[in-house]
Amino acid sequence: MVQERTLPQFHAPAAQIAPEEGLRLYEDMILGRFFEDKCAEMYYRGKMFGFVHLYNGQEAVSSGVIKSLRSDDYVCSTYRDHVHALSAGVPAKNVMAELFGKETGCSKGRGGSMHLFSSEHNMLGGFAFIGEGIPVALGAAFQSRYRRDALGDSSADQVTACFFGDGTSNNGQFFECLNMAALWKLPILFVVENNKWAIGMAHERATSQPEIYKKAAVFGMPGVEVDGMDVMAVRAVAQEAVARARAGEGPTLIEALTYRFRGHSLADPDELRSKAEKEAWLARDPIKRFEGYLLEQNLADEGTLKEVRDRIQTRIDDALTFAEESPEPSPDDLYKYIFAED
Amino acid sequence: MAETLLFNALREAIDEEMGRDDTVFVLGEDVGVYGGSYKVTKDLYNKYGELRVLDTPIAENSFTGMAVGAAMTGLRPIIEGMNMGFLLLAFNQIANNAGMLRYTSGGNYKIPMVIRGPGGVGRQLGAEHSQRLEAYFQAVPGLKIVACSTPYNAKGLLKAAIRDDNPVLFFEHVLLYNLKEDLPNHEYVVPLDKAEIVRPGKDVTILTYSRMRHHVTQAVKGLEKKGLDPEVIDLISLKPLDFDTIGASIKKTHRVIIVEECMKTGGIGAEIIASINDRYFDELDAPVVRLSSQDIPTPYNGKLETLTIVQPKQIEAAVENMVALKV
Ligand SMILES: Cc1ncc(C[n+]2csc(CCOP(=O)(O)OP(=O)(O)O)c2C)c(N)n1
Ligand SMILES: [Mg+2]
Repeated sequence: MVQERTLPQFHAPAAQIAPEEGLRLYEDMILGRFFEDKCAEMYYRGKMFGFVHLYNGQEAVSSGVIKSLRSDDYVCSTYRDHVHALSAGVPAKNVMAELFGKETGCSKGRGGSMHLFSSEHNMLGGFAFIGEGIPVALGAAFQSRYRRDALGDSSADQVTACFFGDGTSNNGQFFECLNMAALWKLPILFVVENNKWAIGMAHERATSQPEIYKKAAVFGMPGVEVDGMDVMAVRAVAQEAVARARAGEGPTLIEALTYRFRGHSLADPDELRSKAEKEAWLARDPIKRFEGYLLEQNLADEGTLKEVRDRIQTRIDDALTFAEESPEPSPDDLYKYIFAED
Repeated sequence: MAETLLFNALREAIDEEMGRDDTVFVLGEDVGVYGGSYKVTKDLYNKYGELRVLDTPIAENSFTGMAVGAAMTGLRPIIEGMNMGFLLLAFNQIANNAGMLRYTSGGNYKIPMVIRGPGGVGRQLGAEHSQRLEAYFQAVPGLKIVACSTPYNAKGLLKAAIRDDNPVLFFEHVLLYNLKEDLPNHEYVVPLDKAEIVRPGKDVTILTYSRMRHHVTQAVKGLEKKGLDPEVIDLISLKPLDFDTIGASIKKTHRVIIVEECMKTGGIGAEIIASINDRYFDELDAPVVRLSSQDIPTPYNGKLETLTIVQPKQIEAAVENMVALKV
């Protein structure tokens, strides 16, 4: 096991958060966790197919960043996209239905787990190939700037948040897009979720400079590292980056140090990661940690938190029923959606 | 009527469409300050500014993906491939995202974008700068593929491509940029999905596109002298193919020769033959003949290069052979 990086310190008690806002974050993290647990159950029961990549353990990143956005901002994800889509507001029932391959799914059953889209929620997609979402996110950010500066629409201040993994930060599209984003001062957040592994490739074995946030400096872009198991810390760096982007001051690279609590996908035996490493990170469960924070700061009591969990459990159960009862796409529509006119 | 060079016809198309719709913008290498490597975007930078004529770094896959993202969110990008061959580096964004994303997203997004630029075998440019990517891209679902061949159709087709709500790969040919033609003074648009009957005839159908149209036209002059009457069709749309026009011609001539500049293996002609077999086998009086480039990297040496692509004499001979065998 490689020496763990020292996590950046963040003094949460000093951060201000209103009780409703705290509960909103908590609810979003619980939604992500419960949704993924249900997916695992359904996959092993043979109700869900293909490659399914779960997000357990990384919830603080999705909630901390996306809940710092406005609803008209854009979100771009990878194949590990269920929870980003949920945080972006895509209803759980439509995500679940998509995983069941149903017509009511957010991608009409044509996409599946790795291809979640919702134009209504400015969810630009789940992209299944490494790095290919980064340029697409860059394009959405360029579009905001184009509307503001070429078309003179002063209300065009939308920000794009682009998520990807540590392994992906070794791909050319990452560097190419950092360059263009900084060059043109585009309103974008590059959020690297460094969970230490790219399937079976340990981060240190794949990169000459494991501290990814430092790669921003050569592009003249702010790069920050953050404890990705602490939603308050993620939220703080995200808010700052969003404000900068919205003000026209350009992009930020955020490296969130995090960990996935399950294998790479549900098909991964997960034999390479040591027990000690897993236990060390499990002990830092972002949801437990945030619960502790909310209670300590008297922002919520046990009863309120339980209410949230119960409510979300009901939502997941409803989503499951919805997905199961929804119709499959009609075979008559096999060719639909190839061209814009279909 | 104004005599116009092909590259200027393309430039006019872009200029007119940018003037008509302010969501249309151009991006690519050296398209702005430099005016494009074949001057197709000359002076547009001064007219429309640096965001609407965007000089990109040399990062084909990433700026193509960026155009996809811009198209998904409501803009209408026109990518210039400095040379279409460079877009091999953008294969992923063109195939996965430009081509397939609309379907994969269940119709959530449409991707109105044009990817245009010079392709084909030029004059001793060597293998890498002499590529014909239309054959490589034809299997990608969701893409439209168009090849222009004259100043008139170049202008009208490019305007149609820019207005189309789908991703259009728009092939120009390095050796055709200086063709001249009188263009109408009024605005016109040429439909993307219609083949052009270059010369009506009854003996044999010649299907061709891009620069090979001109090789065919040259061959036809010789054939006419010999009293032959071939029908020449410029496919224009390589995907989808215009089978209304192709089929009507086959029903008339019952004989087909395909003349293409892409390589034989996996080429446009290969696909056309398969489709003709599916649709019009009973109409054929002879097997379809295909004249294609050799299956080799285009050699630098001028003589070898000439041997690599189809020449007018070969087309003449092929037509004569086919007609001679007529029963
Ligand atoms: C272009 C491409 N190459 C390879 C893969 C196979 N693959 C899927 S995920 C993955 C590892 C990615 O690791 P990372 O970027 O750290 O993200 P994480 O899975 O840890 O969230 C690989 C190699 C792929 N999907 N796309
Ligand atoms: Mg990883």
